[in-house]
Amino acid sequence: MTYKELVEKMTPKENRWKNCIVAFLTGGVMGSISHLLVSCFDVQTMLVIWIVLSSILTGFGVFDSLVDKLKMGIVIPITGFSHSVTSASLEYKKEGLVTGIGANYFKLAGSVILYGIVSAAILAGLRGLLCLL
Amino acid sequence: MLTLKFKNTYINHWFTLAGDDERKGRLSNIDMYLKDFYYGEKTLEAAEVKMQKTVLNNLLSKTDFDLVIGGDLSNQLGTINTCMRDFPKSFLGIYNACSTFVEGLLLASNLIMNNNVDKICVLTSSHNLTSERQFRFPVEYGALKACYTTSTTTAAVGAIISNIPSKYKIISATIGSVVDYGITDVYNMGAVMAPAAASAINAHLFNMNKRAKDYDIILTGDLGTLGIELLNEVLKRDFKISTDNIYDAGTMIYKESQNKYTGGSGPSVLPLVLFSKIIRQKRYKKILIVGTGALHNPTLINQKNSIPAIAHVVEIEVES
Repeated sequence: MTYKELVEKMTPKENRWKNCIVAFLTGGVMGSISHLLVSCFDVQTMLVIWIVLSSILTGFGVFDSLVDKLKMGIVIPITGFSHSVTSASLEYKKEGLVTGIGANYFKLAGSVILYGIVSAAILAGLRGLLCLL
Repeated sequence: MLTLKFKNTYINHWFTLAGDDERKGRLSNIDMYLKDFYYGEKTLEAAEVKMQKTVLNNLLSKTDFDLVIGGDLSNQLGTINTCMRDFPKSFLGIYNACSTFVEGLLLASNLIMNNNVDKICVLTSSHNLTSERQFRFPVEYGALKACYTTSTTTAAVGAIISNIPSKYKIISATIGSVVDYGITDVYNMGAVMAPAAASAINAHLFNMNKRAKDYDIILTGDLGTLGIELLNEVLKRDFKISTDNIYDAGTMIYKESQNKYTGGSGPSVLPLVLFSKIIRQKRYKKILIVGTGALHNPTLINQKNSIPAIAHVVEIEVES
């Protein structure tokens, strides 16, 4: 047995099913609340409420412990995006507005933006092709 | 590997300072605790600098020294270099990740034995949040962690080494070599460091012509509960050494309820546990400390390299 196989064997496994179920439930609850918010206000207001709420919770240092408990259910929606930019700006504010916050604001969320745009462009292209056919 | 034997080198004084999480943990006898991560400063890095200064000032109040050998986990040893601006002492900055303290101890012992320097201060520190930022994510970012990872300990420790006799004698040391068993998981530092610890322990025992059982305790740095299991397994499998006196300092710091995964990590873990617990217990006369360092560089890991590791060994004898 190689050392890598030994490590693989002895390392405790994450309980993926439990994590998935927790994320499914919390994500679902968030979706339901969003639906209520949309019916009370509109889509934009709903998004703004989530963004502001998760930013404030990040500022108070609560969001990271919530992620620990609620798993990816609150990271995948827009709350996770807001959390990543707020935590990065809190982290780098001491390094200045340009070299600190400016340069690092999208440190974590940059991939989401880039590949979001790329996949949107590809899908839009495909849709355009389908319409032509 | 190279083994050095020392004469007339002793540990005379030490000062330990730890954070609030460590106060809530299992160790007592730590000299000073912090109330929070900032220690009255505006940035976390400034807090770590102040921690190091506090340790140096407290040691200076006990005795003067000529040279400081030390290091921490910050990029370019930023915090210790900043700290040393305020101390007009000769200074050697060293880095071997979490084995830095043991590296400092063996360098200091060699200088003392050759009568080149009278008194040397070996200093190290680590801070949970500065390391978190440097090696992983922003402090407030809620990244999900693997259940087998370790948590960086907030502490600063300094010790004075000299040729003035005391109860704590440094006998010998083995300078480890870098090993790499191809582990790439940054959350599994125990697995990265275990083979390094095993080969350094084996080399020390071979060069000193001793058996593992000859020591009352073999104390490793920050392998965690998983790493120590792997170390025992590697020792048994590759070096035919089977012993039950190997303990890990990282696993002795926190209580189960503190949710610190498999234990504490950082260069200050080993000296913190050594000075606040192990060295004070009468049953441990012959102590082998094994500083284990995962030489983790985020850039190289992102470029798909595996993580190398190193371990240094120092043998300490406590007179009754």
